[in-house]
Amino acid sequence: MSAITTVSGRMLPLAGPNIDTDRIIPARFLRTVSFEGLEAHVFEDDRAAAKTAGDEHPFDAARFAGAAVLVVNANFGCGSSREHAPQALYRWGIRAVVGESFSEIFFGNAVMLGMPCVTAAPADVRALQDLAAASPQAVATIDLTRGICDARAGSAPSSSFAISLPGTAREALTTGAWNATAALLSDQDAIDRVAEGLPYLSGFRAG
Amino acid sequence: MTLFEKVWNAHRVRVLPSGQTQLFVGLHLIHEVTSPQAFEMLRLHGLSVRRPDRTIATVDHIVPTGRQARPFGDTLAEAMLAALERNCAASGIELLGLDSGRQGIVHVIGPELGLTQPGMTIACGDSHTSTHGAFGALAFGIGTSQVRDVLASQTLAIEPLAVRRIEVTGTLAPGVYAKDVILTIIRTLGVNGGVGYAYEYGGAVIDRMSMEERMTVCNMSIEGGARIGYVNPDDTTIAWLRGRERAPQGAAFERAAAWWRSLASDPGAVYDDRVVIDGSAIEPTVTWGTHPGQSVGVGEPVPSPDHGRGERAQEMTDALSFMGLEPGRPIAGTRVDVAFIGSCTNGRLSDLREAAMVARGRHVAPGVRALVVPGSQQVAAAAEGEGLHDVFREAGFEWRGAGCSMCLAMNEDRLSGREVCASSSNRNFRGRQGSPTGRTLLMSPAMVAAAAVAGEVTDVRRLLEARA
Ligand code: SF4
Repeated sequence: MSAITTVSGRMLPLAGPNIDTDRIIPARFLRTVSFEGLEAHVFEDDRAAAKTAGDEHPFDAARFAGAAVLVVNANFGCGSSREHAPQALYRWGIRAVVGESFSEIFFGNAVMLGMPCVTAAPADVRALQDLAAASPQAVATIDLTRGICDARAGSAPSSSFAISLPGTAREALTTGAWNATAALLSDQDAIDRVAEGLPYLSGFRAG
Repeated sequence: MTLFEKVWNAHRVRVLPSGQTQLFVGLHLIHEVTSPQAFEMLRLHGLSVRRPDRTIATVDHIVPTGRQARPFGDTLAEAMLAALERNCAASGIELLGLDSGRQGIVHVIGPELGLTQPGMTIACGDSHTSTHGAFGALAFGIGTSQVRDVLASQTLAIEPLAVRRIEVTGTLAPGVYAKDVILTIIRTLGVNGGVGYAYEYGGAVIDRMSMEERMTVCNMSIEGGARIGYVNPDDTTIAWLRGRERAPQGAAFERAAAWWRSLASDPGAVYDDRVVIDGSAIEPTVTWGTHPGQSVGVGEPVPSPDHGRGERAQEMTDALSFMGLEPGRPIAGTRVDVAFIGSCTNGRLSDLREAAMVARGRHVAPGVRALVVPGSQQVAAAAEGEGLHDVFREAGFEWRGAGCSMCLAMNEDRLSGREVCASSSNRNFRGRQGSPTGRTLLMSPAMVAAAAVAGEVTDVRRLLEARA
């Protein structure tokens, strides 16, 4: 697996706190045995609602087509543990998410796909959303090693601010170990030793 | 030490190069929605299931709750169950299917069979795995890639959590239930207040609760942002487990019980945070918005966005307009079209009893569609043994087969258009009950029954007093 140290791309701003995974991918699209094609339904109901209201959802806006960096607010990805949510975003083309905060399960699922979710100060996130909305061609570069996000629109001077993610996730992504399966299988005796020490796996043997 | 630390330490395999902990999973529960892709990944990598003996499957999310004959009318649902059957058969995993008499929502059947026990680590590809923490287990909701990891290695790569002790003191008033307690906790601490924490619930109110009630509380830990919640094992826990089909039997049970007791957090345990909630002040609670933290007591008005600031005010405004509710108006009196009693939060026998107590001798209001969906086949059988199905049917409720049903509407049970549903489930997210514009009001099962007969949100205590 390849190491992920920086992610760079145009941005898609999506405002609002507590965007849950039912909104990212409604449950009826989970009636499948694969993740294929989920990208077509990302935010399907929100997009339809925006259309009805005469608005344009950012995921439908031509100016954001091809964006790779999603910029969100607080508690993004709360609710259901469905990995279909980060899968749908990733398959749509998103490669990193910058936000004020993330739900833990969503965060973990995203890291396991190699899609970093980094947090920044609310004011920095909002400034980034404003920049993306005003200049859809602006490019954000997320540097996981340095813990910095640079955003640049045209020839304007770039703005940069601090981003953070837990050390374990940073380590996993930047060393290419974000898919943990191989590491988990590398010491099978250690797994068996723990199992042997658990009373409920040995029928609560006496003494 | 806290229970969290004791159980974590007992299951810790090693520290991975990333710094994450490799944690052994004592019980892995799987279902049809989040496992097929995991099995596919295993096949792709030439891996097999390491501990089929510690893996149990059931089918819950997609099962029709009316006609259940195979093949299902819904070909997508049929394909999902068929894939689960194939994967389980190929890997030697026990599947508690529709013909087992033990099928049901994964978080209902684990405890009722005695599979869920104190001191275990439990994982399931479902966020409400936190339910199992009611027994003093560490129970994690995981994503599909992690399901793959647990299938392959029986372990998880995971970070430890801080522990917040939540004490619910005092005594609950009559007509106030476990659902009201957890809705109040989430209202107080926020929907992301628990991020990074395990919630340890305690205090007089929790101590007096039955296991079913503790499950309701732990179930919705995730709605408060906490990945897991738990209650220390005590006499109530041990009494529930004694004699359960998959629990230890005879002398082994007594040894198990001694171990279970030893896992409870020590009196001097150090917590990362402590919160006290006055249980005596809790009212029957109803959500008015589009996340479970947006709730009020049934006697309160719908709040006004003026009471929030900035983003919070905007969120409230959006939620109120989606819900079509007017700030300042009492939440009581809100008309409902549908009433749903069920889910892993409130689909157990005690929930059905409480709802039946309200429904008995009354009738669902004209124009209201009311459904009761037991959490499992065993819950259904026990309820039928007590005649609860007749109580509900006579009152005009539909009595249906076990499954997730209208909690997330992956089967045919769903809202249509802008219907308003009084629901005993756990999520009032937009679109959650199957109609993108459908509206959900979360409340206790007794309150749902009251709303069904009144045709509007109403204080269940009024109906209970009329009985006394
Ligand atoms: S009842 Fe609802 S919350 Fe519980 S497992 Fe089923 S869908 Fe999920």
